[in-house]
Amino acid sequence: KPKTKRSKRFLQGREPKLNENIKNAMLIKGGNANQTVTQALKDIYSLKKPNAVMYKKKNITRPFEDQTSLEFFSKKSDCSLFLFGSHNKKRPDNLVFGRMFDFHVLDMIELGIEKFVSLKDVKNSKFPEGTKPLLIFAGDAFETDNEHKKLKSLLIDFFRGPTVSCVRLAGLEHVLHITALDGKIYFRSYKALLKKSGCRTPRIELEDMGPSFDFTMRRTHLASDDLYKTAHRQPKALKPKKKKNVSHDVFGTKYGRLHMQKQDLARLQTRKMKGLKKRKGE
Amino acid sequence: MAACSIEDVLAKAERDEAEKLKSISVHKELELEFDPGNLIAFDKNPTDTRAFKKQNKDAFLRSLARDNTQLLINELWKLPTERVEEVIVAKLPEPTTRLPREKPVPKPRPSTKWEEFAKLKGIQKKKKTNLVWDDVHKEWKRRWGYKRANDDTKEWLIEVPETADPNEDQFSKRIKAKKERVAKNELNRLRNIARGQKIKVPGVGLAPSDQQSKTELGKAIHVAKHSTASVGKFQGNLPKEKAPKNIGKKRQFQPLIGDFSVEKQKQLDLLNIMDSKKPRIDITKAVNKQMREEDRQSGFQKRKSSGKKGRKGNFSGKGTAKGKGKKGGPGGGGGKNRKPRMKQGKR
Repeated sequence: KPKTKRSKRFLQGREPKLNENIKNAMLIKGGNANQTVTQALKDIYSLKKPNAVMYKKKNITRPFEDQTSLEFFSKKSDCSLFLFGSHNKKRPDNLVFGRMFDFHVLDMIELGIEKFVSLKDVKNSKFPEGTKPLLIFAGDAFETDNEHKKLKSLLIDFFRGPTVSCVRLAGLEHVLHITALDGKIYFRSYKALLKKSGCRTPRIELEDMGPSFDFTMRRTHLASDDLYKTAHRQPKALKPKKKKNVSHDVFGTKYGRLHMQKQDLARLQTRKMKGLKKRKGE
Repeated sequence: MAACSIEDVLAKAERDEAEKLKSISVHKELELEFDPGNLIAFDKNPTDTRAFKKQNKDAFLRSLARDNTQLLINELWKLPTERVEEVIVAKLPEPTTRLPREKPVPKPRPSTKWEEFAKLKGIQKKKKTNLVWDDVHKEWKRRWGYKRANDDTKEWLIEVPETADPNEDQFSKRIKAKKERVAKNELNRLRNIARGQKIKVPGVGLAPSDQQSKTELGKAIHVAKHSTASVGKFQGNLPKEKAPKNIGKKRQFQPLIGDFSVEKQKQLDLLNIMDSKKPRIDITKAVNKQMREEDRQSGFQKRKSSGKKGRKGNFSGKGTAKGKGKKGGPGGGGGKNRKPRMKQGKR
């Protein structure tokens, strides 16, 4: 129970709201995480800063068997996204992306790293953290396969960044390009250079910048359709209000509709003509 | 010659134009789907696996990324822009991708009794200004709260109305009325909360909690007894019921303007005590302290004697270590006794 105004504000920030806060991510190392996995977690942490929490100690849990410790962590640090990295002989260089709904696991997808190029290995200029990235998903697997669709939704959630109403056009530098090809998923991060072209829209040149991963999809743990429906439900207050009695034509003309009461045409007040007024005598 | 050069120039200009337009246009079989609110593009074209395998993978991916990014940027540049502090900013539409929420939809707060009444009658909330003009102080003051305007408890002069008792304290009357209003407001606030959370509250008296102690029950009885019109004067007691202890004001203060001679006497006594050389002794405290000390000493003697008996030819080191470790106070005594005992043991 809050005892100060400050703690009360802190708790209010964590309550469920109509317009939600940006989702925080927690990055956890498993019991045996090797150099690759640790470096991968660090790179994703730097992509996701400041909306991410990196757990320094190793946690010996298995997300696919027991989810209680993950749920406990998420409740403590108010994070609804998590990334768990581990390594063993059966599943080398393993990353589990997951998200929570109401502090219970909604879905988890396990990806194995085949090839990994870290941020340090690419010697290029970087941009400040917190820039909202442009996300591009290429490949028809993201439309046809159900698991790929869920992976697409999860990755959007993870890397989306805060929802803003305006964006500075010159500041659109970070591009994340995810391709699904041949059963593998290629994750590349580029810095976009806006070059002059003849017209207003600039020409894009890409520079390889950030971490790049080659993933293979391993196990998944998806929620039931009912849970998905509940999670996706938007409150009524957020739905845009429909304007009644206004309609638009094919040509773009705006039509309005007025509702009037029945008028007694015999007693309509038109122009006054004082001379025609009926006087008492007549 | 001149004609050739003009033609050349024109042709060159045309080629340049074409180049420029070419540079930002990208040809795709299927149009991409965009979500500009989230800065996302979905490319559904099946990727050319043959070209992928032939070429260097990264180069292929980069060219694909470049094309897709170009299309997304083209789309974003079509959005309406505005200038905010020397920076060109594009207004993003609402995001179209449906993503799950992180927490469930909040339940609406239960409405209070007044809110329900207002809804029923159709009373709208009127927006009020923050500050009100106070004519007395000739400045703008808060409408309510600390240092508010028109605060009747803070008036320095109150005219006694003709119908009022001349000995009545008008200032304290106003303060009491304010306290009653505050208490009533607080009571209503708590009742609204209880109604909202569906907690049953008794009409009068203390609300019960499970596992009440004797004192709590006593207090509840006391409150119930005094909740009558004559404030409990005519309520009988049960056969063995005793008056509750610890009821009433915890501290008593003398009135400000009381008996002058008594006050004078008290002050003089205080000065005498401060002047005197004899220390003031609190008899009970001293007796208690002495008793405690005596108990401790007897206990120490008992342990010493029992320790000696139990030991049969053992080194005294053990005993002394025990004695020293256990008692900090008589450790000095134990230490002093150590030497003669050690000598005995060695013998």
